[in-house]
Amino acid sequence: MDTDHRTAGQSGVEEDIMDFVKPTTWEEALEARASVPGAVPIAGGTDVMVELNFDQHRPPALIDLTAIDELAHWDLDGDSVRIGATVSYTTIITELAGRLPGLALAARTVGSPQIRNRGTAAGNLGAGSPAGDSHPPLLSTGATVEVASVRGSRFVPIDEFYTGVKRTALEPDELIRAITVPVARGPQQFAKIGTRNAMVIAVCSFAVALDPHERSVGTGLGSAAPTPRHATDAEKYLADALPWDSSEPLPGNVAERFGELVAAAAAPIDDVRGPATYRTHALSVMARRTLGWAWEEYRCA
Amino acid sequence: MRLNLTINGAKHTADDVWPGESLLYVLRERLGLAGSKNACEQGECGSCTVYLDGVPACSCLVAAGQAAGHEVVTVEGIGGGDEELHPVQEAFVDAGAVQCGFCTPGLIVAAHNLVERTDEPSDEEIREELAGNLCRCTGYEKILDAVRLAAARKQEAGT
Repeated sequence: MDTDHRTAGQSGVEEDIMDFVKPTTWEEALEARASVPGAVPIAGGTDVMVELNFDQHRPPALIDLTAIDELAHWDLDGDSVRIGATVSYTTIITELAGRLPGLALAARTVGSPQIRNRGTAAGNLGAGSPAGDSHPPLLSTGATVEVASVRGSRFVPIDEFYTGVKRTALEPDELIRAITVPVARGPQQFAKIGTRNAMVIAVCSFAVALDPHERSVGTGLGSAAPTPRHATDAEKYLADALPWDSSEPLPGNVAERFGELVAAAAAPIDDVRGPATYRTHALSVMARRTLGWAWEEYRCA
Repeated sequence: MRLNLTINGAKHTADDVWPGESLLYVLRERLGLAGSKNACEQGECGSCTVYLDGVPACSCLVAAGQAAGHEVVTVEGIGGGDEELHPVQEAFVDAGAVQCGFCTPGLIVAAHNLVERTDEPSDEEIREELAGNLCRCTGYEKILDAVRLAAARKQEAGT
């Protein structure tokens, strides 16, 4: 691998010494991560480079993961898809929309074509922003995050991955290797509120996944609390309330009640993108609508 | 650090590159390829769009070291030799799709990618493909005209 020390800088002034490390194997990447505390992994660069361009962060090193071939692929692993850490949103949209419809729908709303060509779901996880578009579908489908360090590998259930605003279960010496997402066994939907269709950070977002096999429901809320989270009560309510054996429209006020329970699970803040009251209301509307779309797909299948 | 880059088919070497430097900075400030524009530096505006291994990307969000060993095509490489315009560039001229011109290089790359890959793109497809490129002169109608014109001419030429 190449490393280099320089003091010449982009702004023309003296810069802190910084390394650019370009491992070609996973083992080299883990060694680099362990040997340089605070080194920042970079794949699509859609978050990391913004921080560097604006001088908000000056890590001791960048670890470029894009030369590690194995990370750039996805594989079918039993009943799940294992998505390598540098697989782009564009690849998820074009190659995985059939198996992972919820994640593909969310990927479709990320940034712009240029951003989707480079950005990755693993990068979304690494950044840990509660507004990341990947989080709601990963929560609703019960994904698993494969992380590793020189000390070994571990599999973190998505429910345990988010620990705070931009904080995750990732240890300082760990890297995300892959995300494993169960292949959809029923309809999945995603919705996101923003000021336009492109280049939008979610005001709030919501994902729902129906599993007719288990007769269970998964949900995921984005930009609605310090971390992405489930609406657990809404999931339990809907799993019991859905007439799984019927091909009739949703009965009575099931969608409304589901929306209320989703809104009740939120703990949003007021910020520049929107007030908490708006977010809570919008979540109930998105929950109702996405359930409607998912149920139509289920009963008409 | 020293970087060896392939840009518009030619080998280039850049010296004294800071490891956190963007591909855009190397293109403009170290190699004198000022066609790609530097505006937002956060991937919002698309002015710095280049092809990286045939895929449009914001060069401000690519660490220069990531591009080493890969094929970069900038707006300078879209047309033919001897300053000959590509049909997409001609369409922008003919449709009057250029006002201040700052967004134009990025839009040329994005429009080139669309026209090369999609026959008879719908207006929705054009809007979607150009969603990452901002024109603050708000010249979008003429830009849409230019892309329609380029796509129609390509169809007529049967290429």
